[in-house]
Amino acid sequence: MQVRVFVTPRKGILDPQGRAVESSLQSLGFKNVSGVKVGKYILLEVQARTASEARDEAKKMCEALLANPVIEDYRFEVDGE
Amino acid sequence: MKWGVVRFPGSLDDGDSLYAIAEVMGQDARMLWHKDESLGGVECVLLPGGFSYGDYLRTGAIARFSPIMKSVAKFAADGGLVLGICNGFQILCEAHLLPGALTRNRSLSFICERVWLRVENASTPFTRAAKQGELLRLPIKHGEGLYVAPEDELRQMEERGQVILRYVDAGGRESDDANPNGSMRAIAGVANERFNVFGLMPHPEHAVEPMLGGVDGLKIFQSIAGGAR
Repeated sequence: MQVRVFVTPRKGILDPQGRAVESSLQSLGFKNVSGVKVGKYILLEVQARTASEARDEAKKMCEALLANPVIEDYRFEVDGE
Repeated sequence: MKWGVVRFPGSLDDGDSLYAIAEVMGQDARMLWHKDESLGGVECVLLPGGFSYGDYLRTGAIARFSPIMKSVAKFAADGGLVLGICNGFQILCEAHLLPGALTRNRSLSFICERVWLRVENASTPFTRAAKQGELLRLPIKHGEGLYVAPEDELRQMEERGQVILRYVDAGGRESDDANPNGSMRAIAGVANERFNVFGLMPHPEHAVEPMLGGVDGLKIFQSIAGGAR
């Protein structure tokens, strides 16, 4: 089952990459853009019988390794949900 | 005193750290391999700088799961001295042996320069050879050295004296210009609550002989070695 994990800088944590991308977009003329954050997109194939089982596994993986809760938020999508 | 320097795949400053301890300080030092589980009876473990596991995912995130890190965590829990320099600091944060995290420099650039640091707490096993408020001149070389921790945690750390080193200017004053990477509260080095684990972004092992541009790094090694006498 495919799990798609999105890791983004936590609210309130300085995100210099997001800021640099935002100011570049604005200098290109995209004046309507704000709140840019640069994060990671991680694709996983998880062996699981049900989507909810895959979801439980994905949560454990995020907490153990894929995201650092001091600086990052995460969310994920599971196939079939 | 017996020291062990852990070599991870991608470690860079392991050799220089060993040189500083063994050749310059004349201490008993050995290399430890990341796959080993034994620390070989050492009294201080040094996690060196570098790019362990290619900095994949996050700096220090993968090294934290090396077999030796279980032993390092147990050693720290038993009160053993652990020093993490640069990537070693990042690993200690990822392993939850130190509070906070290190993220991309504010400038987004890799920084390689000499900085001034103020010793904020000279009563730790890692700084007791220095004077309170003493200024040290040490090199930094990192892309991800911006120290971050939740505000309430930072307040508690300050109260307990866990902030050990801060970036300052040559006059010992804090300023935005003197903060090379944008670290919160200009933090360059922190200890755990028990003061037996210390992590810092600057490199004391690169400042141990006049030929290297300075000897202020010796203060850190002398502090640790002095405790064993």
